[in-house]
Amino acid sequence: MENKLIVSSSPHLSGTVKTRNIMLDVIIALIPALIASVVYFGIRALIVVCVTVASCVIAEYICRKVMKRPVTIGDYSAIVTGILLAFNMPVGIPLWIAAIGGVVAIVVVKQMFGGLGHNFANPAITARIILMTSFPVRMTTWVAPYSYITLDTTSTASPLALMESGNVAGLPTYMQMFLGERAGCLGETCILALIIGGIYLIIRKVIAPTIPVVFIGTVFILMAILGQDPLMQILSGGLFLGAIFMATDYVTSPLTTKGKVIYAVGCGIITTLIRLFGSLPEGVSFSILLMNILTPHIENLTATKPFGTVKEAAK
Amino acid sequence: MARNVNGLLSRLGIVRNPGAAVPHRKNTKDCATVELPVPEKVIMVMQQHIGAPCTPTVKAGDTVYVGTVVGDSPAPFSAPVHSSVSGTVAKIDSVIMPNGAKVQTVVINSDGQQTPDPQIKPPVIRSDEDLIAAVRASGLVGLGGAGFPTHIKLNPAPEVKEKVDTLLINGAECEPYLTSDVREMLENSQDITEGIRYVSKLLKVNQTIIGIEDNKPDAIEIMTKALADLSKEGITARVEVLPSRYPQGAEKVLIHQCTGRTVPMGKLPADIGVVVMNVTSIGVLARYIKTGMPLVTKRVTVDGSAIQNAMNVRVPIGTPIKDIVDFCGGYKDTPAKILCGGPMMGTALMDDAFPVLKQNNGFLFFDRKEAEMMEPTNCIRCGRCVEACPMNLMPTKLEAYTKIASVEMLQKLSIMNCMECGSCAFVCPANRRLVQSIRLGKTIVRNANQESR
Repeated sequence: MENKLIVSSSPHLSGTVKTRNIMLDVIIALIPALIASVVYFGIRALIVVCVTVASCVIAEYICRKVMKRPVTIGDYSAIVTGILLAFNMPVGIPLWIAAIGGVVAIVVVKQMFGGLGHNFANPAITARIILMTSFPVRMTTWVAPYSYITLDTTSTASPLALMESGNVAGLPTYMQMFLGERAGCLGETCILALIIGGIYLIIRKVIAPTIPVVFIGTVFILMAILGQDPLMQILSGGLFLGAIFMATDYVTSPLTTKGKVIYAVGCGIITTLIRLFGSLPEGVSFSILLMNILTPHIENLTATKPFGTVKEAAK
Repeated sequence: MARNVNGLLSRLGIVRNPGAAVPHRKNTKDCATVELPVPEKVIMVMQQHIGAPCTPTVKAGDTVYVGTVVGDSPAPFSAPVHSSVSGTVAKIDSVIMPNGAKVQTVVINSDGQQTPDPQIKPPVIRSDEDLIAAVRASGLVGLGGAGFPTHIKLNPAPEVKEKVDTLLINGAECEPYLTSDVREMLENSQDITEGIRYVSKLLKVNQTIIGIEDNKPDAIEIMTKALADLSKEGITARVEVLPSRYPQGAEKVLIHQCTGRTVPMGKLPADIGVVVMNVTSIGVLARYIKTGMPLVTKRVTVDGSAIQNAMNVRVPIGTPIKDIVDFCGGYKDTPAKILCGGPMMGTALMDDAFPVLKQNNGFLFFDRKEAEMMEPTNCIRCGRCVEACPMNLMPTKLEAYTKIASVEMLQKLSIMNCMECGSCAFVCPANRRLVQSIRLGKTIVRNANQESR
């Protein structure tokens, strides 16, 4: 034959779910929480998201060009990192700090380790922690919801800080907490929106519910045992955001279901310990970062048992 | 109902749901088999099976008939090759197989008469040994694609034979496009039941099961009826309806689905009492016993985006693929990839001059759009390959350890258990060439083990 044929290894057929579709699904799942953040904190919430997304995408583009590697912004993973990073900031964050966060997440945490799939820690989480330690006051200056309407610019304490200081009277109701009508980071407050996003991801088979359920469940049970209000504890801070969208990051969580359970229990324990005994009011991001680092070890301990593995004959 | 519950549980991450939801594309399932006109020449390849290659038993100028032995081997683990046409041997030649091996061929110019070999007569079967000898003489090999000599499969060692209690007929045909097995069931159900009579008696099995995917309701209906007749004779036989989820037809998966038994790693199905035969193989076996005509034709599915008319064609073994293409109306578009077998496990051929082998069950012709695979990107560690692996391996890890050639880790993760079904690579969102890497990894392990010996 004159015309050259392609001779390649089987299979010769490929599924339709690609990295880009998965990232797009995550972005779609984040939209309800994005809408909620604009409702509670005003249009500036959207501006912060735009700044971090732009910063992440531009940083990734420049970084890949400098490294002389194929540009990968088309996989949309930088957009996901950008949205999640903004969701972890207060609405009043100076925009230049938001931009720095994007660069740190993409350049330092993601690309320096080889890009998507090779980073050992979640870029958004790690960038948030770096910003927290670099700009501790600005990263924790909360405003009350609807302050963009009331023009009340006085800063407010977050529910977790209220609980820690024992000011239980100042706490919002459970329903307010569930709907997100409270001070906090952009994307973390509206639990309802986060759950809607989570259910979307489960229906689309992007994530299994294992990590969120076990993570949140562990915190709930431990808090109950330790005499706290478990419901208020799980509804506050960034637990739902972290458990549904950050701890489930494929790259930095174990592959196997058994591994995911161990990882999520670890996240829950560390979150509880930091919240109750640490000097910081919130521990979700640190717990996820620490368990990210343990992921390769968890994975080695929970390798699958191949089909047909011979059980040791009973002696 | 149970299937829905299972689907829900797998979505919730509670149970595994291995395999891949490959598209079916059974475009030719209603295409009754048509006969290919006798080709001008056929190329009989001397290795169309697993085992020792045959050597030609004829020389250039010899006159041969349909069914004349043209290649055989004294080795027990082999199967003879018969001429599929009547005519004259043109030459003894060789061909490069898709796997790179060079194999002898007997090229035969057809006289167009299709005169059967005068010595052909139905075999006389008085004992089990007669039947085994007849099966060898028929040249029958596993027609599902593997090409395992059938007379070896039907003659297990006595201590293993004692354990065999189940005959499992593989009618799953889980590969996309291919419909040659389903046509066998629809067109030749009586041959299949006749074959079951012989084999179930030979192996003294208690039960015979035919596994068929639920996307072939007409085959399920026809086989259920045919097996009911067997049951009247006291042969316990039933159809097991399987979910249409690739790879149901993979031997170990099929056995597990139909009998609940698990083949231990490194063991054969017979070790757990099961003999698995392809549905076309058992039909061919019955026809041979009836007529004495050995395996000289094969039904193949012709399909794909580059072929004019998709159809099922019965072709003489050894027919150059190009002849089949011409019969099917030629190419609709320039082919960019030609596959023998299905798209999940089939082999890409180098050109269309290659001849049909016994174990081929389909030829697919892909245009450029269908042939080109997307470029691989970084693994995002999503775990879809781990979820999809029917052997419960970790393909992404195997790929990583192949890259650094870690024999120790590859063996620890049971790389040799991979059957290369392709489910992992199919579901991979990053288009990783997982099967290709695993094949390389297996070779690395094999070489290392040979060196240490």
